[in-house]
Amino acid sequence: MTRALKYLALLGYVAFLSFPLLWLLSTALKTPQEMAALDPTWIPRRPTLANFADAFAEQDLVGAGLRSLVVAVATALITVALALPAAYALARFRGVAGKIAIGWVLVSQVFPVVLIIIPLFMVLRRLELVNTLAGLTVVHVTFVMPFALWMLRGYVRAVPRELEEAASVDGAGRLRALAAVVAPLLAPGVVATLLFSFISSWNEFMFALVILKDPEVETLPLTLVRFVGPEGVARLGPLAAASLLATVPSLVFFAIIQRRLRSGLMAGAVKG
Amino acid sequence: MTAVAERPYGRAGGGPRRGLLSGSGLTLLLPALVPVLLFSVGPLVYGILLAFTDARSGRNTVTSFVGLENFAELLSDGDFWESFRIGMVWGVSVTVLQFLASLGLALLLNQDLRLRGVARVLAVVPWAMPPVVVGLMWRLVYHPDAGLLNGLFGSNVDWLHDFSLALPAVIVVGVWTGMPQTTVVLLAGLQNVPRELYEAVSVDGAGTWRRFWNVTLPQLRPVIVAITSLDFVWNINQFSLVYVLTQGGPGGRTRLPMLFAYEEAFRYGFFGYAATLGVAITIVVLAVLGLYLWRQAREGA
Repeated sequence: MTRALKYLALLGYVAFLSFPLLWLLSTALKTPQEMAALDPTWIPRRPTLANFADAFAEQDLVGAGLRSLVVAVATALITVALALPAAYALARFRGVAGKIAIGWVLVSQVFPVVLIIIPLFMVLRRLELVNTLAGLTVVHVTFVMPFALWMLRGYVRAVPRELEEAASVDGAGRLRALAAVVAPLLAPGVVATLLFSFISSWNEFMFALVILKDPEVETLPLTLVRFVGPEGVARLGPLAAASLLATVPSLVFFAIIQRRLRSGLMAGAVKG
Repeated sequence: MTAVAERPYGRAGGGPRRGLLSGSGLTLLLPALVPVLLFSVGPLVYGILLAFTDARSGRNTVTSFVGLENFAELLSDGDFWESFRIGMVWGVSVTVLQFLASLGLALLLNQDLRLRGVARVLAVVPWAMPPVVVGLMWRLVYHPDAGLLNGLFGSNVDWLHDFSLALPAVIVVGVWTGMPQTTVVLLAGLQNVPRELYEAVSVDGAGTWRRFWNVTLPQLRPVIVAITSLDFVWNINQFSLVYVLTQGGPGGRTRLPMLFAYEEAFRYGFFGYAATLGVAITIVVLAVLGLYLWRQAREGA
Protein backbone atom coordinates (compact mmCIF):
# COMPACT_ATOMS: atom_id res chain seq x y z
CA MET A 1 0.00 0.00 0.00
CA THR A 2 1.27 3.43 -0.78
CA ARG A 3 1.86 5.97 1.92
CA ALA A 4 -0.91 8.21 0.67
CA LEU A 5 -3.46 5.41 0.91
CA LYS A 6 -2.35 4.65 4.43
CA TYR A 7 -2.86 8.23 5.47
CA LEU A 8 -6.25 8.27 3.82
CA ALA A 9 -7.25 5.17 5.77
CA LEU A 10 -5.95 6.60 9.01
CA LEU A 11 -7.78 9.86 8.33
CA GLY A 12 -10.95 7.86 7.79
CA TYR A 13 -10.57 6.17 11.17
CA VAL A 14 -9.82 9.44 12.91
CA ALA A 15 -12.97 10.92 11.36
CA PHE A 16 -15.10 7.92 12.32
CA LEU A 17 -13.82 7.99 15.89
CA SER A 18 -13.91 11.74 16.43
CA PHE A 19 -16.94 13.04 14.52
CA PRO A 20 -19.55 11.83 17.02
CA LEU A 21 -17.51 13.37 19.85
CA LEU A 22 -17.11 16.67 18.05
CA TRP A 23 -20.81 16.69 17.26
CA LEU A 24 -21.63 16.14 20.92
CA LEU A 25 -19.44 19.09 21.85
CA SER A 26 -20.85 21.23 19.06
CA THR A 27 -24.45 20.44 20.03
CA ALA A 28 -23.76 21.26 23.66
CA LEU A 29 -22.65 24.77 22.70
CA LYS A 30 -25.42 25.62 20.25
CA THR A 31 -28.46 27.81 20.72
CA PRO A 32 -31.84 26.20 20.02
CA GLN A 33 -32.22 28.42 16.95
CA GLU A 34 -28.98 27.23 15.45
CA MET A 35 -29.86 23.62 16.16
CA ALA A 36 -33.18 24.02 14.36
CA ALA A 37 -31.45 25.49 11.32
CA LEU A 38 -31.69 23.34 8.22
CA ASP A 39 -28.00 23.64 7.50
CA PRO A 40 -26.10 22.11 10.44
CA THR A 41 -22.85 23.76 11.49
CA TRP A 42 -19.77 22.24 13.09
CA ILE A 43 -18.68 25.34 14.93
CA PRO A 44 -21.51 27.16 16.69
CA ARG A 45 -21.89 30.70 15.38
CA ARG A 46 -22.84 32.03 18.77
CA PRO A 47 -21.53 29.51 21.28
CA THR A 48 -23.44 29.45 24.55
CA LEU A 49 -23.12 27.75 27.91
CA ALA A 50 -26.86 28.07 28.49
CA ASN A 51 -27.33 24.37 27.77
CA PHE A 52 -25.23 23.47 30.77
CA ALA A 53 -27.29 25.71 33.04
CA ASP A 54 -30.49 24.27 31.51
CA ALA A 55 -29.24 20.72 32.08
CA PHE A 56 -28.86 21.40 35.79
CA ALA A 57 -32.23 23.11 35.91
CA GLU A 58 -34.08 20.32 34.12
CA GLN A 59 -32.75 17.31 35.99
CA ASP A 60 -31.24 16.71 39.38
CA LEU A 61 -27.74 16.24 37.97
CA VAL A 62 -25.99 17.21 41.20
CA GLY A 63 -27.94 14.72 43.28
CA ALA A 64 -27.56 11.97 40.71
CA GLY A 65 -23.86 12.69 40.36
CA LEU A 66 -23.38 12.50 44.12
CA ARG A 67 -25.27 9.22 44.33
CA SER A 68 -23.19 7.80 41.48
CA LEU A 69 -20.08 8.99 43.28
CA VAL A 70 -21.10 7.30 46.53
CA VAL A 71 -21.87 4.00 44.82
CA ALA A 72 -18.72 4.09 42.68
CA VAL A 73 -16.39 4.95 45.56
CA ALA A 74 -17.96 2.31 47.79
CA THR A 75 -17.78 -0.25 44.98
CA ALA A 76 -14.12 0.48 44.32
CA LEU A 77 -13.05 0.35 47.96
CA ILE A 78 -15.03 -2.76 48.86
CA THR A 79 -14.06 -4.61 45.70
CA VAL A 80 -10.34 -4.02 46.14
CA ALA A 81 -10.42 -4.73 49.88
CA LEU A 82 -12.03 -8.10 49.20
CA ALA A 83 -10.14 -8.92 46.03
CA LEU A 84 -6.62 -8.09 47.15
CA PRO A 85 -6.14 -11.01 49.58
CA ALA A 86 -7.85 -13.33 47.14
CA ALA A 87 -5.68 -12.16 44.27
CA TYR A 88 -2.64 -12.75 46.42
CA ALA A 89 -3.79 -16.28 47.19
CA LEU A 90 -4.50 -16.96 43.52
CA ALA A 91 -1.11 -15.70 42.45
CA ARG A 92 0.92 -17.48 45.08
CA PHE A 93 -0.90 -20.73 45.89
CA ARG A 94 -1.91 -23.54 43.65
CA GLY A 95 -5.02 -25.49 44.36
CA VAL A 96 -8.42 -26.48 43.06
CA ALA A 97 -10.11 -23.45 44.62
CA GLY A 98 -7.79 -21.18 42.70
CA LYS A 99 -8.57 -22.93 39.45
CA ILE A 100 -12.28 -22.71 40.14
CA ALA A 101 -12.00 -19.02 40.93
CA ILE A 102 -10.13 -18.31 37.71
CA GLY A 103 -12.59 -20.46 35.82
CA TRP A 104 -15.42 -18.41 37.23
CA VAL A 105 -13.75 -15.20 36.09
CA LEU A 106 -13.96 -16.52 32.55
CA VAL A 107 -17.39 -18.15 32.83
CA SER A 108 -18.87 -14.98 34.30
CA GLN A 109 -18.16 -13.31 30.97
CA VAL A 110 -20.26 -15.78 29.04
CA PHE A 111 -23.54 -15.92 30.92
CA PRO A 112 -26.12 -13.35 29.91
CA VAL A 113 -26.78 -10.90 32.68
CA VAL A 114 -30.55 -11.45 32.52
CA LEU A 115 -30.06 -14.94 33.80
CA ILE A 116 -28.58 -13.47 36.96
CA ILE A 117 -30.43 -10.21 37.19
CA ILE A 118 -33.90 -11.71 37.68
CA PRO A 119 -33.05 -13.94 40.65
CA LEU A 120 -30.76 -11.22 41.97
CA PHE A 121 -33.67 -8.81 41.88
CA MET A 122 -35.81 -11.33 43.79
CA VAL A 123 -33.07 -11.81 46.39
CA LEU A 124 -32.55 -8.07 46.79
CA ARG A 125 -36.28 -7.58 47.11
CA ARG A 126 -36.40 -10.09 49.92
CA LEU A 127 -33.47 -8.35 51.62
CA GLU A 128 -35.30 -5.04 51.07
CA LEU A 129 -32.35 -3.71 49.13
CA VAL A 130 -34.29 -2.88 45.97
CA ASN A 131 -34.41 0.85 45.40
CA THR A 132 -31.40 1.44 47.63
CA LEU A 133 -27.87 2.53 46.82
CA ALA A 134 -26.61 -0.21 49.14
CA GLY A 135 -28.33 -2.80 46.95
CA LEU A 136 -26.77 -1.38 43.81
CA THR A 137 -23.34 -1.28 45.46
CA VAL A 138 -23.59 -4.94 46.43
CA VAL A 139 -24.41 -5.83 42.84
CA HIS A 140 -21.63 -3.68 41.41
CA VAL A 141 -19.08 -5.21 43.78
CA THR A 142 -20.12 -8.67 42.68
CA PHE A 143 -19.83 -7.89 39.02
CA VAL A 144 -16.63 -5.92 39.14
CA MET A 145 -15.00 -8.57 41.33
CA PRO A 146 -13.96 -11.11 38.67
CA PHE A 147 -12.08 -8.61 36.58
CA ALA A 148 -10.57 -6.83 39.59
CA LEU A 149 -9.37 -10.21 40.80
CA TRP A 150 -7.87 -10.91 37.40
CA MET A 151 -6.07 -7.58 37.26
CA LEU A 152 -4.72 -7.78 40.81
CA ARG A 153 -3.55 -11.34 40.32
CA GLY A 154 -1.44 -10.13 37.44
CA TYR A 155 0.08 -7.37 39.52
CA VAL A 156 0.90 -9.75 42.39
CA ARG A 157 2.54 -12.14 39.96
CA ALA A 158 4.73 -9.35 38.69
CA VAL A 159 6.25 -9.01 42.17
CA PRO A 160 9.20 -11.42 42.38
CA ARG A 161 8.75 -14.13 44.99
CA GLU A 162 12.39 -13.73 45.98
CA LEU A 163 11.57 -10.37 47.54
CA GLU A 164 9.06 -11.96 49.88
CA GLU A 165 11.39 -14.79 50.66
CA ALA A 166 14.24 -12.45 51.40
CA ALA A 167 12.05 -10.60 53.84
CA SER A 168 11.00 -13.84 55.57
CA VAL A 169 14.58 -15.00 55.91
CA ASP A 170 15.48 -11.79 57.67
CA GLY A 171 13.15 -12.85 60.42
CA ALA A 172 10.21 -10.69 59.49
CA GLY A 173 6.81 -12.25 59.93
CA ARG A 174 4.87 -13.09 56.85
CA LEU A 175 2.49 -10.17 57.16
CA ARG A 176 5.33 -7.77 57.96
CA ALA A 177 7.11 -8.98 54.87
CA LEU A 178 3.99 -8.41 52.82
CA ALA A 179 3.36 -4.96 54.20
CA ALA A 180 6.93 -3.74 53.92
CA VAL A 181 8.07 -5.29 50.68
CA VAL A 182 5.15 -6.32 48.54
CA ALA A 183 2.60 -3.61 49.32
CA PRO A 184 4.63 -0.66 47.96
CA LEU A 185 5.29 -2.53 44.75
CA LEU A 186 1.62 -3.38 44.45
CA ALA A 187 0.41 0.17 45.06
CA PRO A 188 0.24 1.24 41.40
CA GLY A 189 -1.70 -1.90 40.53
CA VAL A 190 -4.08 -1.35 43.41
CA VAL A 191 -4.69 2.21 42.27
CA ALA A 192 -5.35 1.03 38.73
CA THR A 193 -7.82 -1.56 39.99
CA LEU A 194 -9.54 0.98 42.21
CA LEU A 195 -10.00 3.30 39.25
CA PHE A 196 -11.17 0.50 36.99
CA SER A 197 -13.77 -0.51 39.57
CA PHE A 198 -14.82 3.10 40.05
CA ILE A 199 -15.38 3.67 36.34
CA SER A 200 -17.20 0.38 35.85
CA SER A 201 -19.64 1.36 38.56
CA TRP A 202 -19.91 4.99 37.44
CA ASN A 203 -20.79 3.91 33.91
CA GLU A 204 -23.10 1.01 34.77
CA PHE A 205 -26.69 1.28 33.56
CA MET A 206 -28.57 -2.01 33.38
CA PHE A 207 -28.45 -3.03 37.03
CA ALA A 208 -29.24 0.51 38.08
CA LEU A 209 -32.25 0.48 35.76
CA VAL A 210 -33.60 -2.69 37.33
CA ILE A 211 -32.75 -2.00 40.97
CA LEU A 212 -33.43 1.73 41.32
CA LYS A 213 -37.05 2.63 40.68
CA ASP A 214 -37.50 6.07 42.27
CA PRO A 215 -36.07 9.30 40.88
CA GLU A 216 -34.81 10.12 44.40
CA VAL A 217 -32.30 7.27 44.31
CA GLU A 218 -31.33 7.33 40.62
CA THR A 219 -27.70 7.29 39.61
CA LEU A 220 -26.33 9.49 36.85
CA PRO A 221 -26.79 7.18 33.84
CA LEU A 222 -30.49 6.83 34.69
CA THR A 223 -30.90 10.58 35.03
CA LEU A 224 -29.16 11.12 31.70
CA VAL A 225 -31.70 8.92 29.95
CA ARG A 226 -34.43 11.19 31.37
CA PHE A 227 -33.23 13.87 28.97
CA VAL A 228 -34.79 11.75 26.28
CA GLY A 229 -38.44 12.29 27.03
CA PRO A 230 -41.04 9.51 27.12
CA GLU A 231 -41.80 10.01 23.43
CA GLY A 232 -38.14 10.20 22.51
CA VAL A 233 -38.49 13.95 22.10
CA ALA A 234 -35.32 15.30 23.55
CA ARG A 235 -34.06 18.74 24.32
CA LEU A 236 -30.82 18.20 22.50
CA GLY A 237 -28.72 21.01 23.95
CA PRO A 238 -29.11 20.10 27.63
CA LEU A 239 -28.85 16.42 26.72
CA ALA A 240 -25.47 17.00 25.07
CA ALA A 241 -24.28 19.23 27.90
CA ALA A 242 -25.20 16.69 30.58
CA SER A 243 -23.65 13.85 28.58
CA LEU A 244 -20.37 15.72 28.34
CA LEU A 245 -20.32 16.40 32.06
CA ALA A 246 -21.01 12.75 32.87
CA THR A 247 -18.04 11.69 30.77
CA VAL A 248 -15.52 13.99 32.43
CA PRO A 249 -14.68 11.79 35.44
CA SER A 250 -14.25 8.72 33.24
CA LEU A 251 -11.95 10.57 30.89
CA VAL A 252 -9.85 12.01 33.70
CA PHE A 253 -9.44 8.64 35.38
CA PHE A 254 -8.83 7.02 32.07
CA ALA A 255 -6.08 9.42 31.23
CA ILE A 256 -4.39 8.47 34.49
CA ILE A 257 -4.61 4.71 34.22
CA GLN A 258 -4.83 4.23 30.48
CA ARG A 259 -1.61 2.30 30.09
CA ARG A 260 -2.14 0.13 33.15
CA LEU A 261 -5.70 -0.71 32.24
CA ARG A 262 -4.58 -1.63 28.77
CA SER A 263 -2.05 -4.15 29.95
CA GLY A 264 -4.55 -5.53 32.46
CA LEU A 265 -7.25 -5.94 29.85
CA MET A 266 -4.80 -7.40 27.44
CA ALA A 267 -3.66 -10.01 29.89
CA GLY A 268 -7.28 -10.84 30.58
CA ALA A 269 -8.31 -11.06 26.96
CA VAL A 270 -5.32 -12.77 25.44
CA LYS A 271 -4.48 -15.27 28.11
CA GLY A 272 -8.16 -15.88 28.74
CA MET B 1 9.01 -22.63 42.37
CA THR B 2 10.81 -25.41 44.14
CA ALA B 3 11.75 -23.24 47.08
CA VAL B 4 8.16 -22.25 47.54
CA ALA B 5 6.95 -25.82 47.72
CA GLU B 6 8.98 -26.38 50.84
CA ARG B 7 7.52 -23.43 52.69
CA PRO B 8 4.92 -24.16 55.39
CA TYR B 9 2.38 -21.90 53.71
CA GLY B 10 3.46 -22.98 50.26
CA ARG B 11 1.48 -24.65 47.57
CA ALA B 12 -1.38 -26.91 48.45
CA GLY B 13 -1.60 -30.49 47.36
CA GLY B 14 1.50 -31.43 49.32
CA GLY B 15 -0.53 -34.03 51.13
CA PRO B 16 -4.00 -35.46 50.91
CA ARG B 17 -6.99 -33.43 52.13
CA ARG B 18 -5.26 -30.21 51.23
CA GLY B 19 -6.42 -30.40 47.67
CA LEU B 20 -8.88 -27.53 47.82
CA LEU B 21 -6.30 -24.99 48.87
CA SER B 22 -4.06 -24.79 51.88
CA GLY B 23 -5.70 -23.26 54.94
CA SER B 24 -4.39 -19.73 54.76
CA GLY B 25 -4.98 -19.60 51.02
CA LEU B 26 -8.64 -20.37 51.43
CA THR B 27 -8.95 -17.77 54.18
CA LEU B 28 -7.57 -15.19 51.80
CA LEU B 29 -9.94 -16.23 49.03
CA LEU B 30 -13.05 -16.32 51.15
CA PRO B 31 -13.79 -12.58 51.42
CA ALA B 32 -13.92 -12.32 47.64
CA LEU B 33 -15.76 -15.58 47.15
CA VAL B 34 -18.61 -14.94 49.56
CA PRO B 35 -20.21 -12.02 47.68
CA VAL B 36 -19.58 -13.73 44.37
CA LEU B 37 -21.23 -16.92 45.62
CA LEU B 38 -24.13 -15.05 47.20
CA PHE B 39 -24.85 -12.56 44.45
CA SER B 40 -23.52 -14.20 41.31
CA VAL B 41 -23.16 -17.98 41.41
CA GLY B 42 -26.21 -18.39 43.63
CA PRO B 43 -28.50 -16.26 41.46
CA LEU B 44 -27.17 -17.97 38.35
CA VAL B 45 -28.21 -21.39 39.66
CA TYR B 46 -31.50 -19.91 40.90
CA GLY B 47 -31.97 -18.33 37.47
CA ILE B 48 -31.54 -21.65 35.70
CA LEU B 49 -34.10 -23.20 38.08
CA LEU B 50 -36.50 -20.32 37.42
CA ALA B 51 -36.53 -21.28 33.76
CA PHE B 52 -38.55 -24.33 34.74
CA THR B 53 -41.13 -22.40 36.77
CA ASP B 54 -43.97 -20.01 36.12
CA ALA B 55 -42.49 -17.38 38.45
CA ARG B 56 -44.09 -13.93 38.17
CA SER B 57 -43.06 -10.62 39.60
CA GLY B 58 -46.13 -10.25 41.85
CA ARG B 59 -45.55 -11.20 45.46
CA ASN B 60 -48.79 -13.09 45.92
CA THR B 61 -48.62 -15.56 43.10
CA VAL B 62 -47.53 -19.06 43.96
CA THR B 63 -44.65 -20.33 41.89
CA SER B 64 -44.74 -23.88 40.67
CA PHE B 65 -42.57 -26.05 38.50
CA VAL B 66 -43.83 -26.36 34.98
CA GLY B 67 -41.08 -28.54 33.52
CA LEU B 68 -40.24 -27.69 29.95
CA GLU B 69 -43.41 -25.69 29.33
CA ASN B 70 -41.52 -22.40 29.06
CA PHE B 71 -39.13 -23.88 26.54
CA ALA B 72 -42.01 -25.18 24.45
CA GLU B 73 -43.63 -21.76 24.55
CA LEU B 74 -40.37 -20.10 23.63
CA LEU B 75 -39.95 -22.30 20.57
CA SER B 76 -43.38 -21.34 19.30
CA ASP B 77 -42.99 -17.65 20.15
CA GLY B 78 -42.59 -15.68 16.92
CA ASP B 79 -41.38 -12.61 18.81
CA PHE B 80 -38.63 -14.66 20.37
CA TRP B 81 -37.44 -16.04 17.03
CA GLU B 82 -37.45 -12.56 15.55
CA SER B 83 -35.44 -11.26 18.50
CA PHE B 84 -33.12 -14.25 18.25
CA ARG B 85 -32.52 -13.60 14.55
CA ILE B 86 -31.82 -9.92 15.22
CA GLY B 87 -29.48 -10.88 18.03
CA MET B 88 -27.48 -13.19 15.78
CA VAL B 89 -27.30 -10.64 12.95
CA TRP B 90 -26.19 -8.03 15.48
CA GLY B 91 -23.72 -10.31 17.27
CA VAL B 92 -22.05 -11.64 14.14
CA SER B 93 -21.94 -8.39 12.18
CA VAL B 94 -20.68 -6.25 15.04
CA THR B 95 -18.02 -8.84 15.89
CA VAL B 96 -16.85 -9.25 12.30
CA LEU B 97 -16.91 -5.53 11.42
CA GLN B 98 -15.29 -4.66 14.71
CA PHE B 99 -12.56 -7.16 14.03
CA LEU B 100 -11.89 -6.01 10.46
CA ALA B 101 -11.92 -2.33 11.38
CA SER B 102 -9.74 -2.91 14.43
CA LEU B 103 -7.26 -5.02 12.51
CA GLY B 104 -6.94 -2.29 9.89
CA LEU B 105 -6.50 0.36 12.53
CA ALA B 106 -4.02 -1.73 14.51
CA LEU B 107 -1.93 -2.35 11.39
CA LEU B 108 -1.87 1.38 10.69
CA LEU B 109 -1.10 2.31 14.29
CA ASN B 110 1.74 -0.18 14.26
CA GLN B 111 3.46 1.83 11.53
CA ASP B 112 5.39 5.01 11.53
CA LEU B 113 2.68 7.45 10.48
CA ARG B 114 2.17 11.03 11.55
CA LEU B 115 -1.45 10.86 12.74
CA ARG B 116 -0.67 7.83 14.82
CA GLY B 117 -0.59 9.61 18.17
CA VAL B 118 -3.96 11.28 17.61
CA ALA B 119 -5.54 8.06 16.41
CA ARG B 120 -4.16 6.15 19.39
CA VAL B 121 -5.68 8.53 21.90
CA LEU B 122 -8.95 8.73 20.01
CA ALA B 123 -9.16 4.98 19.66
CA VAL B 124 -9.37 4.68 23.42
CA VAL B 125 -11.96 7.38 24.09
CA PRO B 126 -15.11 5.35 23.28
CA TRP B 127 -13.97 2.88 25.87
CA ALA B 128 -13.90 5.45 28.65
CA MET B 129 -17.34 6.85 27.88
CA PRO B 130 -20.37 5.60 29.77
CA PRO B 131 -22.44 3.40 27.41
CA VAL B 132 -25.44 5.61 28.09
CA VAL B 133 -23.52 8.65 26.90
CA VAL B 134 -22.41 6.78 23.78
CA GLY B 135 -26.04 5.99 23.07
CA LEU B 136 -27.19 9.56 23.64
CA MET B 137 -24.32 10.93 21.57
CA TRP B 138 -25.24 8.76 18.61
CA ARG B 139 -28.85 9.81 18.94
CA LEU B 140 -27.54 13.29 18.25
CA VAL B 141 -25.61 12.01 15.23
CA TYR B 142 -28.67 10.18 13.87
CA HIS B 143 -31.18 12.89 14.74
CA PRO B 144 -33.51 13.52 11.78
CA ASP B 145 -33.42 17.33 12.04
CA ALA B 146 -30.36 18.44 14.00
CA GLY B 147 -28.26 15.34 13.31
CA LEU B 148 -24.74 15.18 11.96
CA LEU B 149 -25.41 12.46 9.42
CA ASN B 150 -28.26 14.20 7.63
CA GLY B 151 -26.22 17.39 7.78
CA LEU B 152 -23.27 15.74 6.07
CA PHE B 153 -25.31 14.04 3.38
CA GLY B 154 -28.02 16.65 3.04
CA SER B 155 -30.52 13.84 3.57
CA ASN B 156 -33.66 13.77 5.63
CA VAL B 157 -33.71 10.30 7.15
CA ASP B 158 -34.87 9.28 10.60
CA TRP B 159 -32.20 6.62 10.93
CA LEU B 160 -33.24 5.12 14.23
CA HIS B 161 -36.93 4.98 13.38
CA ASP B 162 -36.62 3.57 9.89
CA PHE B 163 -37.58 -0.12 9.81
CA SER B 164 -34.74 -1.19 7.55
CA LEU B 165 -32.07 1.30 8.65
CA ALA B 166 -32.40 1.05 12.43
CA LEU B 167 -30.48 -2.21 12.85
CA PRO B 168 -27.56 -1.21 10.60
CA ALA B 169 -27.45 2.18 12.35
CA VAL B 170 -27.26 0.49 15.75
CA ILE B 171 -24.61 -1.94 14.47
CA VAL B 172 -22.39 1.00 13.50
CA VAL B 173 -22.60 2.27 17.08
CA GLY B 174 -21.74 -1.19 18.36
CA VAL B 175 -18.62 -1.24 16.19
CA TRP B 176 -17.67 2.28 17.28
CA THR B 177 -17.87 1.37 20.97
CA GLY B 178 -16.13 -1.97 20.73
CA MET B 179 -13.26 -0.92 18.47
CA PRO B 180 -10.86 0.43 21.10
CA GLN B 181 -10.60 -2.76 23.07
CA THR B 182 -10.23 -4.96 20.02
CA THR B 183 -7.68 -2.59 18.49
CA VAL B 184 -5.58 -2.46 21.65
CA VAL B 185 -5.53 -6.23 21.93
CA LEU B 186 -4.62 -6.70 18.26
CA LEU B 187 -1.96 -4.01 18.47
CA ALA B 188 -0.37 -5.81 21.41
CA GLY B 189 -0.48 -9.00 19.38
CA LEU B 190 1.20 -7.30 16.43
CA GLN B 191 3.97 -5.99 18.62
CA ASN B 192 4.68 -9.48 19.87
CA VAL B 193 5.35 -10.88 16.41
CA PRO B 194 9.09 -11.62 16.31
CA ARG B 195 10.93 -9.30 13.93
CA GLU B 196 13.14 -12.11 12.68
CA LEU B 197 10.15 -13.75 11.01
CA TYR B 198 9.60 -10.68 8.85
CA GLU B 199 13.27 -10.51 8.04
CA ALA B 200 13.28 -14.17 7.08
CA VAL B 201 10.49 -13.81 4.52
CA SER B 202 11.87 -10.51 3.28
CA VAL B 203 15.01 -12.35 2.28
CA ASP B 204 12.79 -14.57 0.16
CA GLY B 205 11.53 -11.44 -1.53
CA ALA B 206 8.01 -11.50 -0.07
CA GLY B 207 5.91 -8.34 -0.54
CA THR B 208 3.62 -6.62 1.95
CA TRP B 209 0.70 -8.93 1.30
CA ARG B 210 2.74 -12.11 1.46
CA ARG B 211 4.24 -10.94 4.72
CA PHE B 212 0.77 -10.23 6.07
CA TRP B 213 -0.68 -13.60 5.01
CA ASN B 214 2.32 -15.75 5.82
CA VAL B 215 3.63 -14.13 8.98
CA THR B 216 1.29 -11.62 10.59
CA LEU B 217 -2.00 -13.53 10.39
CA PRO B 218 -0.67 -16.92 11.54
CA GLN B 219 1.23 -15.27 14.39
CA LEU B 220 -1.83 -13.28 15.44
CA ARG B 221 -4.12 -16.28 15.31
CA PRO B 222 -4.37 -17.04 19.05
CA VAL B 223 -5.05 -13.39 19.79
CA ILE B 224 -7.65 -13.19 17.02
CA VAL B 225 -9.45 -16.29 18.24
CA ALA B 226 -9.51 -15.00 21.83
CA ILE B 227 -10.69 -11.49 21.07
CA THR B 228 -13.35 -12.41 18.49
CA SER B 229 -14.85 -15.02 20.84
CA LEU B 230 -14.97 -12.55 23.70
CA ASP B 231 -16.36 -9.80 21.46
CA PHE B 232 -19.11 -12.12 20.24
CA VAL B 233 -20.15 -12.98 23.79
CA TRP B 234 -20.05 -9.35 24.89
CA ASN B 235 -22.04 -8.26 21.86
CA ILE B 236 -24.73 -10.88 22.36
CA ASN B 237 -25.04 -9.72 25.97
CA GLN B 238 -25.29 -6.06 24.99
CA PHE B 239 -28.14 -4.15 26.53
CA SER B 240 -27.47 -0.58 27.62
CA LEU B 241 -26.34 0.81 24.30
CA VAL B 242 -29.31 -0.39 22.30
CA TYR B 243 -31.75 0.36 25.09
CA VAL B 244 -30.66 3.99 25.06
CA LEU B 245 -30.59 4.21 21.26
CA THR B 246 -33.91 2.63 20.32
CA GLN B 247 -35.38 0.72 23.27
CA GLY B 248 -35.64 -2.11 20.78
CA GLY B 249 -37.72 -0.18 18.27
CA PRO B 250 -38.94 0.59 15.69
CA GLY B 251 -41.47 -2.21 15.84
CA GLY B 252 -38.96 -4.50 17.52
CA ARG B 253 -36.44 -4.21 14.68
CA THR B 254 -33.55 -3.74 17.11
CA ARG B 255 -34.95 -5.79 19.99
CA LEU B 256 -31.89 -7.82 20.91
CA PRO B 257 -32.49 -10.92 23.04
CA MET B 258 -31.37 -9.10 26.19
CA LEU B 259 -33.92 -6.35 25.58
CA PHE B 260 -36.59 -8.95 24.91
CA ALA B 261 -35.74 -10.69 28.18
CA TYR B 262 -35.68 -7.40 30.07
CA GLU B 263 -39.15 -6.53 28.80
CA GLU B 264 -40.56 -9.94 29.62
CA ALA B 265 -39.13 -9.80 33.14
CA PHE B 266 -39.42 -6.22 34.24
CA ARG B 267 -42.17 -4.77 32.09
CA TYR B 268 -44.56 -7.72 32.00
CA GLY B 269 -43.30 -9.56 35.07
CA PHE B 270 -42.76 -13.00 33.51
CA PHE B 271 -39.67 -13.93 35.52
CA GLY B 272 -39.78 -17.64 34.64
CA TYR B 273 -40.21 -17.06 30.93
CA ALA B 274 -37.41 -14.46 30.81
CA ALA B 275 -35.10 -16.85 32.64
CA THR B 276 -35.90 -19.51 30.05
CA LEU B 277 -34.85 -17.06 27.39
CA GLY B 278 -31.60 -16.47 29.22
CA VAL B 279 -30.91 -20.20 29.39
CA ALA B 280 -31.73 -20.64 25.71
CA ILE B 281 -29.43 -17.79 24.67
CA THR B 282 -26.63 -19.16 26.83
CA ILE B 283 -26.95 -22.58 25.20
CA VAL B 284 -26.83 -21.08 21.71
CA VAL B 285 -23.89 -18.81 22.54
CA LEU B 286 -21.94 -21.68 24.06
CA ALA B 287 -22.72 -23.83 21.03
CA VAL B 288 -21.63 -21.16 18.55
CA LEU B 289 -18.48 -20.45 20.56
CA GLY B 290 -17.70 -24.12 21.01
CA LEU B 291 -18.02 -24.77 17.28
CA TYR B 292 -15.87 -21.75 16.44
CA LEU B 293 -13.14 -22.62 18.94
CA TRP B 294 -13.20 -26.26 17.92
CA ARG B 295 -12.78 -25.39 14.24
CA GLN B 296 -10.02 -22.92 15.04
CA ALA B 297 -8.21 -25.48 17.15
CA ARG B 298 -8.45 -28.06 14.36
CA GLU B 299 -7.24 -25.69 11.68
CA GLY B 300 -4.49 -24.46 13.92
CA ALA B 301 -3.24 -27.95 14.68
